[in-house]
Amino acid sequence: MTHFDAASAAVEAALAAGARYADARVMHRRRESMQARNGEVQDLTQHEDAGVGVRALVGSSWGFSAVPDLANGGAATAGAAAAAIAAASAMVPGPAADLVPATPITASWASPCEIDPLSVPLSDKGDLLVAATAAMRESGADHAEGLYQVWDTRKWFVSSEGHRIDQHIRECGGGISATVIGDGETQRRSYPAERGQYGTGGWERMAELDLRKQAERVAEEARALLTAPVCPEDVTTVILGSEQMALQIHESVGHAIELDRILGWEAGFAGTSWLDLALLGKLHYGSELMNITIDPTIPGGLGSFGFDDEGTPAAARYAVRDGIWVGVLAGRDSAAVAGLDYGGSVRADGWARLPMVRMTNVGLLPGPHSLDEMIAATDDGVFMDNNRSWSIDDRRLNFQFGCEIAFQIKNGRLGPMLRNPSYTGIGPVFWRSMDMLGSETITWGTPNCGKGQPSQTGHTGHPAAPARFTNVRIGVRG
Amino acid sequence: MTSHVNLAQQVLERVRAEAGPGADAEVTIEDITLGLTRFANSFIHQSVEDTSALVRLRLHLDGRTASGSTTVGDSAGLAALVSRTVAAARLCPPDPLWPGLAGPAPMTVGSEADPAIAAATPADRAARVRAFVDAAGGLQTAGYCSTMLWMLTFANSAGQVAEASTADAVLDGIARDLGADGSTRLSTRRLSELDGAVLGARAAAKARAGVDPVELPPGRYEVVLEPTAVLDLVKNMGVFGFNGKAVHERRSFVELGQAQLDPAITIVDDPVAADAAALPFDFEGTPRRRLTLVDRGVCVALPHDRRSAARAGTTSTGHAVPGGAVWGPFAPNMALLASANGASRPAEVDGPAADAAVADLVASVGRGLLVTDNWYTRVLDPRTLVLTGLTRNGVWLIENGEVTRPVQNLRFTQSYPQALAPGAVLGVGSHAVPVPFGWGSMRAPALRLASWNFTGNASG
Repeated sequence: MTHFDAASAAVEAALAAGARYADARVMHRRRESMQARNGEVQDLTQHEDAGVGVRALVGSSWGFSAVPDLANGGAATAGAAAAAIAAASAMVPGPAADLVPATPITASWASPCEIDPLSVPLSDKGDLLVAATAAMRESGADHAEGLYQVWDTRKWFVSSEGHRIDQHIRECGGGISATVIGDGETQRRSYPAERGQYGTGGWERMAELDLRKQAERVAEEARALLTAPVCPEDVTTVILGSEQMALQIHESVGHAIELDRILGWEAGFAGTSWLDLALLGKLHYGSELMNITIDPTIPGGLGSFGFDDEGTPAAARYAVRDGIWVGVLAGRDSAAVAGLDYGGSVRADGWARLPMVRMTNVGLLPGPHSLDEMIAATDDGVFMDNNRSWSIDDRRLNFQFGCEIAFQIKNGRLGPMLRNPSYTGIGPVFWRSMDMLGSETITWGTPNCGKGQPSQTGHTGHPAAPARFTNVRIGVRG
Repeated sequence: MTSHVNLAQQVLERVRAEAGPGADAEVTIEDITLGLTRFANSFIHQSVEDTSALVRLRLHLDGRTASGSTTVGDSAGLAALVSRTVAAARLCPPDPLWPGLAGPAPMTVGSEADPAIAAATPADRAARVRAFVDAAGGLQTAGYCSTMLWMLTFANSAGQVAEASTADAVLDGIARDLGADGSTRLSTRRLSELDGAVLGARAAAKARAGVDPVELPPGRYEVVLEPTAVLDLVKNMGVFGFNGKAVHERRSFVELGQAQLDPAITIVDDPVAADAAALPFDFEGTPRRRLTLVDRGVCVALPHDRRSAARAGTTSTGHAVPGGAVWGPFAPNMALLASANGASRPAEVDGPAADAAVADLVASVGRGLLVTDNWYTRVLDPRTLVLTGLTRNGVWLIENGEVTRPVQNLRFTQSYPQALAPGAVLGVGSHAVPVPFGWGSMRAPALRLASWNFTGNASG
């Protein structure tokens, strides 16, 4: 039995059990991660999983069932179970449910990959992390840590509407960090980001990071932070580096434009959104410099794919255009409820999880300025970069971020390093204050976006450039 | 011998055949059957069931260590797991700190998993959701009901073999009234204790009491934290503080033997408590027992796995978890002890306080805030354990022992150990509530604290 056969058997069983729509994903995933600390490999884990997840719509109620058994009739059993679960869901029924129309697709897609990351010798990978962490340790880090992670995912999707799609997605990345222990506190510097930098692609993504070259600087900056002045409490102009901007976008735009949150489907856990569908196309989300796209077609983006987990082809669209909110992240069912005509942003974290609305690549289009121009144009302010902590309310309005490092800006020049920088604000107020935006974007990858019950971990991409904001409250502390 | 023990022994046999008799090997099989029914806008919009058996292999071969796992449990899948892990171990750098395997040891007898949870159907969960929705009296509701059967099988090449199971049922929901959310949640080991009507009515009472909240200026306020908010303190102190590895690396606030917390605070990790969703051994096969972490304000012990214990010159306390080589050990059944040990639950009350035990603490406050939940809390610095986060699902102003008005959500930036420092705890609730927590279960009572640092409000 092929994987397509198993998925088809699941769908047919769901239909036979009363479903009016069903889809199934057979998935086979391999994951490898290595972590090194102070010049020694601390952990190496290799994981493999495989199974089938089936979604069934009975009347207006959904059910989902997943099993690891791809032989012996397991897929068919899961299909029938999904329909039975949907029937039980009708004990607490909702409004009529439907799906926006889709054209059945038969297709195959693979992410670009120059060097298969699972074929690179473990000894080479270990040597890379050992060398980088040893160098950080020698340069003053109390805890010098490095990691890489690799995901290799194959999926076979079949729907009762005639979809038949297989995809092979490889993702890879990593990074290093140095922690120093001071008198009652710790300081940390990372490269290129707190949890590393990730994207679709092969080992070439890790190689281009050149971790060893950055090791000494990272450790020395962490050590220097211990004696740097504390970021003052103030309301001032803030320039954010692109890595911090990526998380700012993720938390205060990406999650806010998820249609399931807007519709209240996540109210009990992840939360809702401050956005009201009645204002779609009218609301001033930010300044005119703010152009945010939803684009799973970006080569190398961690949120890139050929088709989402409902079989919708990847396509780019605006979420915010010239500062106006114009688009959402949607699935076929949530779009139908909202009266929209597009889905395309539904994914599942493996075969055992229900597909749900997730970010793809959500990020800023480039602006007209360089970072140097922004600094030169700032008389009094602070430059911050590299996220250290993040928190935002359940409507995605009130945020507070901590960064690893900051520098004072005086009279158009970078001044002394500052430690424990943080800033806080309200999403739309903050975005409307963006008055300068960088021209060079980096598509940052976030491999740890949590959502859903049971919990799912999503992989998202965020094109981001440095940007300047005015009247920002900084220096919040306990 | 169960099928899972047999499967684990088969993996060990494959390791012996492929790597020789000198390899240290341990196998765990984590078999989870999960049913979870979510509701929003007062209807069930997602309902899922899945089963999976994850086989983990950790191997120490010729001084080198590697781990692997798979859900592909057929002969080919297990053979691939062993081959992959043996090959990885041979290529890894030496691991001089390998602590060796746990030897055979008797287990504490764990309590039996509730057969009703093991047999729960989607309709059983839907019925509890139905009761919750109906009890909310027309308010919009959202949340979930879950049933989970968790079985862990362990075998290693030193001869330790163990198997146990536990079960947990959860109902966690909110009611919504004019933008005000009220929440309740309960984690229990008995499906029969999951009463959707009681929980739905409580959530609705909270929501109605939260309508038309006022905005208060940021600042330090005396607070009564409900058990759901206290759990956040316990959990974060567990992850970042009561962690043998973090203490060894000087990343933790904990100093053993020091009176760092108020004498009213005693924290234990208790896998044998009647209401704990717990297993009697850890992921290294070490038996678990009740461990007192904080005794009347004094930090007296730390959770350890074998690796952190070896570095600290002590023995494992049975707190090994997957990924522990990086993150360190973790205590999954922490409980902050209540001021009384009554078996009966406190009475329901009509108002925003979760129950009579919370209301008793409110009655003693001159001016302060009643907080239901902490939300999206993140660590600014692990050593001082300063976190920022927000309130959620209901905040109220307390004046002269009475709840006087609802308050808009506030942001806080607060060191958790400082909030519980000597002299800072003005009251401990009389009843500890088991609260859902992903990997295990935790218990906490309400706390009355002298000061909580609110650093922002709805305006920013």
